[in-house]
Amino acid sequence: MTSDGARAPAVAATGLAKCYGAIEAVKGIDFEVRPGEVFGFLGPNGAGKTTTISMLCTLVKPTGGGATVAGHDVLTDSDEVRRNIGLVFQDPTVDAYLTAEQNLRFHGELYGLDKAVMKDRITQVLEMVDLADRRGGKVETFSGGMKRRLEIARGLLHSPRVLFLDEPTVGLDPQTRAAIWGYINQLRETEDITIFLTTHYMEEAENCDRIAIIDHGEIVVLDTPEALKASVGKDRVQIATGDDEAAIVALQSTFGIEAGMHEGAVTFAVPSGEEFVPKLFAGLRVPIRSVHVARPSLDDVFLSYTGSTIRDAEAGAMDWARQMMRR
Amino acid sequence: MTTQADNTRSGNLAPVARVRVAKRSLRHDLRGVKIVLHRELLRFVYDRTRMISQLVQPVLWLVVMGTGLSALVISGGGGGQVDMRTFMFPGVIAMSVMFTGMFSAASIVWDREFGFLREMLVAPIGRSAIVVGKVLGGALVATSQGIVIVALAGLANVPYNPLMIIELVLLMFVGAFTVTAFGVVLAARIKQMQSFFGIMQMAMMPMMFLSGALFPLSALPTWLSFLTRINPLTYAVDPLRQVVFRHLDVPPALLARFNPGVTWFGWQVPIGMEIVLVAVLGAGLLAVGIWEFRRTD
Repeated sequence: MTSDGARAPAVAATGLAKCYGAIEAVKGIDFEVRPGEVFGFLGPNGAGKTTTISMLCTLVKPTGGGATVAGHDVLTDSDEVRRNIGLVFQDPTVDAYLTAEQNLRFHGELYGLDKAVMKDRITQVLEMVDLADRRGGKVETFSGGMKRRLEIARGLLHSPRVLFLDEPTVGLDPQTRAAIWGYINQLRETEDITIFLTTHYMEEAENCDRIAIIDHGEIVVLDTPEALKASVGKDRVQIATGDDEAAIVALQSTFGIEAGMHEGAVTFAVPSGEEFVPKLFAGLRVPIRSVHVARPSLDDVFLSYTGSTIRDAEAGAMDWARQMMRR
Repeated sequence: MTTQADNTRSGNLAPVARVRVAKRSLRHDLRGVKIVLHRELLRFVYDRTRMISQLVQPVLWLVVMGTGLSALVISGGGGGQVDMRTFMFPGVIAMSVMFTGMFSAASIVWDREFGFLREMLVAPIGRSAIVVGKVLGGALVATSQGIVIVALAGLANVPYNPLMIIELVLLMFVGAFTVTAFGVVLAARIKQMQSFFGIMQMAMMPMMFLSGALFPLSALPTWLSFLTRINPLTYAVDPLRQVVFRHLDVPPALLARFNPGVTWFGWQVPIGMEIVLVAVLGAGLLAVGIWEFRRTD
C-alpha cells in the first residue's frame, strides 16, 4: 500500500538460483519487496514461480545466492522465517478428513499459538473468509473454492508478516476469484502484512502494487502495472465515423498515422490516447460518432518484454515438457 | 458488503488482532508432537472402514485358518491338546498390530501426495516433532486395533486374565512403535501410495511367515531356523506367545512343542532381552526416520 523506506524490505533476494540437475529453474534473480505492498510474480507455468516461493519459504534449498524474508535469512535462520510467514499453496493442503476448525486448530498448535487467543483468532479468520458457519463441517464436503478460502484463513491464522500465495485463484470460478481478491484487498487495509503472490492471470496482476514478470527462470522486468503499461507506450484508439475511408485518409494526411479497420471501427495506436482525442476532434474533418481509448494491457507488456504472449509461452512450456517425457 | 467489512474491522480491534508464534522450544515441539499424534487418532476414529477392514484379516486367520488347521495338526503326545487357534492367537495379534502400524506410516505418503505434509514441513517446528508424533500416533492406533483382537481371546480359548491383558497391551505397544518407525523410514522416500503398498507387501509377507506367528519355531531345518532368527518380528511375536502360554494350563511336552521360545545356538533368549531388542531397533529406526526428514528437498 505505502512504501516505507525506513523499514527493511519484507523480502529481498540476491542472485537467488535453483538448479535441478542440468535444468536451471531459477537463474539467479534479484528483487526486493517493500513492507506492506502486494507484490506479484507474473509468468507462464514453468517459469520458476513456485520454485522461487518454495525457496523463500525454506521448503527448497537454493543452489545459489540467498534471500531474506521478514529480515531473516532463509538459509541460516529458517526457523525465524517460518515463524513470520504464511503460505497458501497452489494445490490444496488441508486435511479433508478433518473439519475446518480442526484444520485450523492443528495449524495453531503447530505454530504454538497462545491457547487463550487461538479460539478467537480462529473465529476471526473463518469470518473473514465467510466460512464461520461451516467451521464444524468436514473439509471433504467443501467445494474447491471453500477449500482455498480455508487455506487462506489458515495462512493468516498466526498473523504472519509476509503471506505467500501461490496461484491463489487458479482453477476457481470467477465469483470465488473475485471474493479472494476481496480478502486480499481487505487484508492490505486491516492487517500489517506484505503479500507476495504468483499468478499467470494478467487481469489479476493488475491488482498488485508492483509486479515482476518472470520467464524462463529470469526476471524480465519489475515495476508497477501502470509504469509497465506506460513503458509499452501506445494506447489503442478506435473511432466510429460517418465515413471510415475518408477518416483513414484524413488521419494519414493530417496526423501521419497509419489506421486500419478492426472490429468494425477505425483503429490506430498513439503514445497518449487521452491527449490525442482533443486534437483528433479539432483536426479531423470527418464527423466522429464515438471514441474508444484503451490503455495497453499487461498482455501487451508481456508480449513486448518476452516476445511472446503468456499463452504462447505456456503452450511452449507444455511442448517442452512433452518432449522431456518422450525421452 | 460494507457491513461485512465493518464487522471484520471491528473484530480486528479486539486484542486478538495479532497473535504471536511461539519461539522454538522443547515445550513448543512437544505441543507439535501432541497435535500430530492427536490427528492420527482422529483420522483413525473417523475412518470406520479402515478400522473394520483391518479387523477382517486377523479374524479370518484366527477363526478360519486356526479352525481348519486344528483338524490337521495332531498334537504330539502328553495327553492334552493345544487348540491351533490358541497357538495362533498371539501371532494374529502381532499381525494385526504390524499391519495397522504400517498403514499408519503410510499416511505420510498419503499426506505427501495430498499436500498436507508440506503444511507440517513449513511450520516453525522441528522435523523430529513431526516424526515422533507420527510414530507415537501410529503405535497408539495399532495398539488399540490389537486390543480389539485381544478382546476376541475367547474365540481362541484364551482366558481373559487381567494381568495377561496388561502385559499384552504393553508388548503390543513396543512392537507397534518399532513397526511404525520402520514404516516411516520406508515412507520418507516414497512419493506414491501405490508403490508404498507394493513395498509394504514385499517386506511384510516374508517377515510374517518367518516370525513364528503361524507355526512354532522349533525343529525347523537349519536354513529356515536361521532366517527366523534374523527376522526382527520374531522377537516381537515370541514374548506375546510366552505371555499367553503362561496363563494356560498346558502339559510340559506340548508346551515345548508349541511354545519353544527363541534359541540362539541352543541358548534360550530371555523374554526381557527380546523386548529390549525390539525397543532398541525401534529407537534406531525412529532416529533414521528423523534424519531422513531433516534433509530438505
